[in-house]
Amino acid sequence: MDNALQVKDLCAWFGEHQVLKNITMDIRRNSVTSVMGPSGCGKSTFIRCLNRMHDLTPGFRVSGEVFFDGRNIYTDRIDPVLLRRKVGMVFQQPNPFPRMSVFENVAVGLKFNGKKRSRSEMADVVEKSLRMAALWDELSDHLDRPGTSLSGGQQQRLCIARALAVEPEILLMDEPCSALDPTSSARIEDLIEDLSDKYTIVVVTHNMQQAGRISDSVAFFLLGELIEMDTAAKIFTNPADKRTEEYITGRFG
Amino acid sequence: MRRGAPGNPKDALFERTTAVFAFGVLFLAVLLFALLVRESLPSIRKFGAAFLVTGTWDPVAESFGALPFLYGTVVSSFIALLIAVPLAVGSAIFINEFAPEWLKAPVGFLAELLAAVPSVIYGLWGIFVLVPVLRDYLMKPVADHLGWIPFFRGPVYGPSMLAAGMLLSIMIIPFILSVSREVLATVPRIQKEAVLSLGGTHWEMIRIVIGQHCIPGIFGATVLGLGRALGETMAVTMVIGNRPDILLSIFQPGHSMAGAIANEFTEATGELYLSALVEIGLVLFLLTFVVNLAAKGILKTMVSRASRGI
Ligand SMILES: Nc1ncnc2c1ncn2[C@@H]1O[C@H](COP(=O)(O)OP(=O)(O)OP(=O)(O)O)[C@@H](O)[C@H]1O
Ligand SMILES: [Mg+2]
Repeated sequence: MDNALQVKDLCAWFGEHQVLKNITMDIRRNSVTSVMGPSGCGKSTFIRCLNRMHDLTPGFRVSGEVFFDGRNIYTDRIDPVLLRRKVGMVFQQPNPFPRMSVFENVAVGLKFNGKKRSRSEMADVVEKSLRMAALWDELSDHLDRPGTSLSGGQQQRLCIARALAVEPEILLMDEPCSALDPTSSARIEDLIEDLSDKYTIVVVTHNMQQAGRISDSVAFFLLGELIEMDTAAKIFTNPADKRTEEYITGRFG
Repeated sequence: MRRGAPGNPKDALFERTTAVFAFGVLFLAVLLFALLVRESLPSIRKFGAAFLVTGTWDPVAESFGALPFLYGTVVSSFIALLIAVPLAVGSAIFINEFAPEWLKAPVGFLAELLAAVPSVIYGLWGIFVLVPVLRDYLMKPVADHLGWIPFFRGPVYGPSMLAAGMLLSIMIIPFILSVSREVLATVPRIQKEAVLSLGGTHWEMIRIVIGQHCIPGIFGATVLGLGRALGETMAVTMVIGNRPDILLSIFQPGHSMAGAIANEFTEATGELYLSALVEIGLVLFLLTFVVNLAAKGILKTMVSRASRGI
């Protein structure tokens, strides 16, 4: 089985404060990996390391290796801008651009890579992305509406469509459902399952049922360390580490 | 304000006190306006609307028109904005987005310091440094080579509309810079990250977030600067040449409304002369009022469009 990402001995610091300690993990291609753990254990920090989202954070430092396409994204002269086109991201809060329409929101990333595209090419990509994000049926007649006029759940799917439009290989999602109601989260969940045929997805979630339903593997973090990583079935029924068990049974701290 | 439901008595007292002050300010503004109107009545009666569109300013013949002053104030302020806005916004972007951390605080402090320098000091610097440098290294060569363009026609003396505009721009840059920096700093981090996560470069990030979030704020900063430029008296009068003529060339002297009042008030003999000067003050008052009102209106539509996401 080939890996979309290989993380080796990854450590991360904000100033003097070490947030990640020797994380080593393989992320299989076209799988869904859930990252779980108590608040503050470094989940967001971890997935943001995978597309170098911390580059502009003053005082942030990493050591270790993250291999993508056989190259270490932190050393091998990787352009972080190009990396992020391949490794997209969806955030906890839906963050469409407020002064752009639905169409412009989805198309905005296409303009970044400098390739000129005709209006009809753009329209094709927008339609395809909105379809993948299960928004097309709702919004095909409202593409000129402001992106921020949508409901929270629609906005989050819009952000997913926006990320998909630049055709990434990997999609990182940091608690994509935590700001949403149950119906909207269920739709995002379905979406993640559909997308996992074509994309590698790493998703941070606090919702164990959700992690159980959507993930191929689950990684459990505690205080900046990766405690264990296994199939969802194994982690939730028979975890190897006692701390994992304590967490999933709710007996944790 | 809550209506109907009985409020906390201390809150009510506080509300009433603030209301008194708020209305006090309004009352003062109205009073000032009334006073200006009353004192300029002789001039208003004599010249009517022609006061605003005639260009003669002849105290001996008692014939007064404010157009050269109006023109000088508006044009020099406009030149100032033309120079100051791009420079200030560009510097704000550089300082906030590119400059190393240790540089940010000193630059911010320096900008605040520059804003606090009395305008007469700017005027002195203008006379001794800016005007000679501009005259020898910019205006003379340009007038020699491009003098056929009406805006750059000679002869070059030094004190000029351009010198006034440039000096004004230097004076308002600190304002626009610090407001722009604050506006840039309020952009939600998650919006910047949205651009980066889509494979945008640092520049694309800046461009998008400014377009999405900063235009109303930068516009507000610009109006703030314009307000200061329109009313600036001392520095302008020291470098503009104080000639009440309307000349198309920005290398030629001009005059300003505030400058005219300050320079001629003490020597204004005769009721009509004095009243004409006060009327210039009235026009300046109305001009700044209208500019601020228009700015508020534009800002309101921009902000409401932004909140509706257009
Ligand atoms: N920009 C930052 N500067 C300094 N410290 C930070 C920064 N971001 C996160 N941290 C610290 O790093 C640690 C891990 O934070 P992180 O956001 O990765 O946790 P998390 O597992 O995602 O938590 P949650 O479930 O609450 O989102 C925390 O102790 C936090 O205080
Ligand atoms: Mg987090």
